Amino acid sequence: MADLKTTFLGISSPNPFWLASAPPTDKAYNVNRAFEAGWGGAVWKTLGEDPPIVNVSGPRYGAIHSNERRVIGFNNIELITDRPLQTNLDEMRQIKKDWPDRALVASVMLPMNEPTWAKYLPMVEETGIDAFELNFGCPHGMSERGMGAAVGQVPEYIQMAAEWAKKAASVPVIVKLTPNVTNILPPAKAALDGGADAVSLINTINSIMRVDYDSLTMFPTTDGMGTHGGYCGEAVKPIALNMVAEIARTKETRSLPISGIGGITDWRDAVDFLALGASNVQVCTAAMVYGFKIIDDLVDGLSRFLDEKQLALDELVGKAVPSVTDWQYLNLNYVEKAVIDQDLCIQCGRCHVVCEDTSHQAITHTVNGERRFEVIDSECVGCNLCVSVCPVDGCISMHQLTKGSDPRTGEPISMEKADWTTHPNNPMRKTK
Amino acid sequence: MSKSEQQADIRGNRLDKEEIARNFGDLHPPLSRSEALIAADRCYFCYDAPCTTACPTGIDIPGFIQKIRSDNVRGSAHTILRENIMGGMCARVCPTEVLCEEACVRNTHEEKPVEIGLLQRYATDPIFDQKTSLFSRAPATGKKVAVVGAGPAGLSCAHRLAMLGHDVVVLNRDDKPGGLNEYGIAAYKTVDDFAQKEVEYILSIGGIELRNGETLGQDFTLQELRDSYDAVFIGIGLGSTNTIGLDRESLSGVSSAIEYIAEIRQAKDLGKLPVGRRVVVIGGGMTAIDIAVQSKRLGAEAVDLVYRRGPEQMGASRYEQDLAKTNGVTIHHWARPVELLGNNHVTTIRFERTALDSNGRLTSQGDPFEITADTVFKAIGQILDIGVLGTDAAGLEIRHDRIVVNETGRTTLRDVWAGGDCVAGGDDLTVTAVQHGKVAAIDIDRRLRGE
Repeated sequence: MADLKTTFLGISSPNPFWLASAPPTDKAYNVNRAFEAGWGGAVWKTLGEDPPIVNVSGPRYGAIHSNERRVIGFNNIELITDRPLQTNLDEMRQIKKDWPDRALVASVMLPMNEPTWAKYLPMVEETGIDAFELNFGCPHGMSERGMGAAVGQVPEYIQMAAEWAKKAASVPVIVKLTPNVTNILPPAKAALDGGADAVSLINTINSIMRVDYDSLTMFPTTDGMGTHGGYCGEAVKPIALNMVAEIARTKETRSLPISGIGGITDWRDAVDFLALGASNVQVCTAAMVYGFKIIDDLVDGLSRFLDEKQLALDELVGKAVPSVTDWQYLNLNYVEKAVIDQDLCIQCGRCHVVCEDTSHQAITHTVNGERRFEVIDSECVGCNLCVSVCPVDGCISMHQLTKGSDPRTGEPISMEKADWTTHPNNPMRKTK
Repeated sequence: MSKSEQQADIRGNRLDKEEIARNFGDLHPPLSRSEALIAADRCYFCYDAPCTTACPTGIDIPGFIQKIRSDNVRGSAHTILRENIMGGMCARVCPTEVLCEEACVRNTHEEKPVEIGLLQRYATDPIFDQKTSLFSRAPATGKKVAVVGAGPAGLSCAHRLAMLGHDVVVLNRDDKPGGLNEYGIAAYKTVDDFAQKEVEYILSIGGIELRNGETLGQDFTLQELRDSYDAVFIGIGLGSTNTIGLDRESLSGVSSAIEYIAEIRQAKDLGKLPVGRRVVVIGGGMTAIDIAVQSKRLGAEAVDLVYRRGPEQMGASRYEQDLAKTNGVTIHHWARPVELLGNNHVTTIRFERTALDSNGRLTSQGDPFEITADTVFKAIGQILDIGVLGTDAAGLEIRHDRIVVNETGRTTLRDVWAGGDCVAGGDDLTVTAVQHGKVAAIDIDRRLRGE
């Protein structure tokens, strides 16, 4: 079994799975249980100034369920730690003493003035933590007080606070980014410019889960009123992956080590993040939904996968990054057609109706008077919609045309690459 | 009392109250909300769905399941009931395993279809429990239609006619409405007096006058109806039981399955109902299974079901056959009765083996065997009592003892429609009868509006 021992910013942990700063890492009791279960590290629930903040004593969480009550998306309005700083520091010190092989990172959120950072960071570092994570991500509550996402949305603030942190800390500094921005690159660049050693992303996304269909108020509420929370869980993974890949593939930011966060539930999700440029990953929602035992599958699955691929963990990191590019560089000469395996087809007709109603009218419903679903090559644009909706795995697949001409356009198939930058329809095309 | 009658062991109280309650509880308990949501999630929402094509009433099955999925249960019930006003009973008694669920595309790779029948029941139960009104009547047309028979065909026709604005009088032979839903289906398939609940719901639309205890050919004639109403729909089912054609069919202990099922359904206390110790059922349809299983569940010691052909030819679906076997019924194929033995009461029934000859005809193979019995139930089908139609039925074409109709239920008499088991070309299913009634009502409406 492949060794999952990971070194991130010089911090070693037995595997790349850390618990993200969140309720699961609120206190020693939880973190002890997590480490007993096998988690590689923990980012402690975000610390703030004393006196501690106060949380609501009503619903802090909301969920989107499948009909089987599987949690697909999750949101929270919990703030940072509501316990006295000293209590947290005492427990963190003990944890680091008891679990010297695990990574312990202190997440901090402080007001935007340097003296506060200079005061608190050394106090926290004294516990023996391995690194700081600056929480510039929480989109609810704390952002109203000028912290969390309110900082993460302004690159200049990120840089400023990163500089203060680097000055006050001797251990590495990770900047945790908010996804509530239009472009993740300026915040990442600001972290780098401020001297941050790494970024972690994503934090949660601004969200309202739904309304209550009886009261017609938003849901959930505290005494009839609600506020937006931070969205997370399986549903947010694609958003997180894009932001991770953007940082990993952009020249100005790609030197930043990345701790990937966002909807990681099983080991395959971890492969996604690692291959798209993260060096380790952080998990919260899956643990909150299933408990700490999920670490067994995360570790076992990833290890077996690496064995199968004959890859070391660090060889997986960034493996898929070169395959991510801008739309304008996609090969417009490349042609695929969908092919339906008639032996696997159960004749539900979903491919037909979605193609007919919403796409290119490229799938039959009747052939020679019989119910039969076949791709009409002369209409098929290769969009992958039918593959996406087909309930039978492997029944519809995409096949590249390599010779002859495309029955749809009549154009001969060219094996030469040609993208939008040189396309004749592009008024801004580059001439050779 | 003769010797054979002393031997006959036919009595009630074979099982205690708890056993009876367990045996006659719901065959398929209803789905809870969470079970229904999971079952609904398995529907692929097929295009031109094969299940809908397989449903004789053409219910938009993916449509109603989608509404269950989105917690729009009332909308789901409307989708079902607008095509099949007896969607509640059909959810319980339809042989879904040979209709919608057989057509489900899930069978291709999983052999486990979406549980359409149970989902249909989940959607419709609250409507009947809460008496939720889903349908209203069109403006009155002033036309009056007579419906003969208050079974699935008649009631379906009456409801649709009432919806379309016509006034309807339903003439029902029995004390209670419902036809075979009330009298002819195994008790464990329709518990808690559901058949009456459903009829009440159907009548609640208004414009339907139900007259019980009115028998065609006795209390009124077809001609009288034709003279007094704008149109007539005949949905009288099949009134008489076929005979086996043996010498001593009138022996005590030999009776019609359908009559005993009616007794079971009407019994105030099932435990007290007399049932034989050794029961033999002749026949291979749903009624044969219903009587065999219910006899067993009432406490009969041995129940043998004998059918003259093989399992494939049985009218009962494979599921029903399995149900009989798991209830301890012994099924004998390829045998037919040749002699009933006993003085006054039947004691034994003698069979011979059968086979198909090279022309596909059933032939005797000899090799007789006997089964001792104190009760013999004939479940070999029913026939239409043509006599009730009266002499004025001249011009009403009858073929193979059933009324001939076209695809919209028109008989050869201009103002008379018919549907359900009494017409030719049906399959004796509740759901088909409902469709007949609906289609005829739409055609009657068209005719009465002069279209």
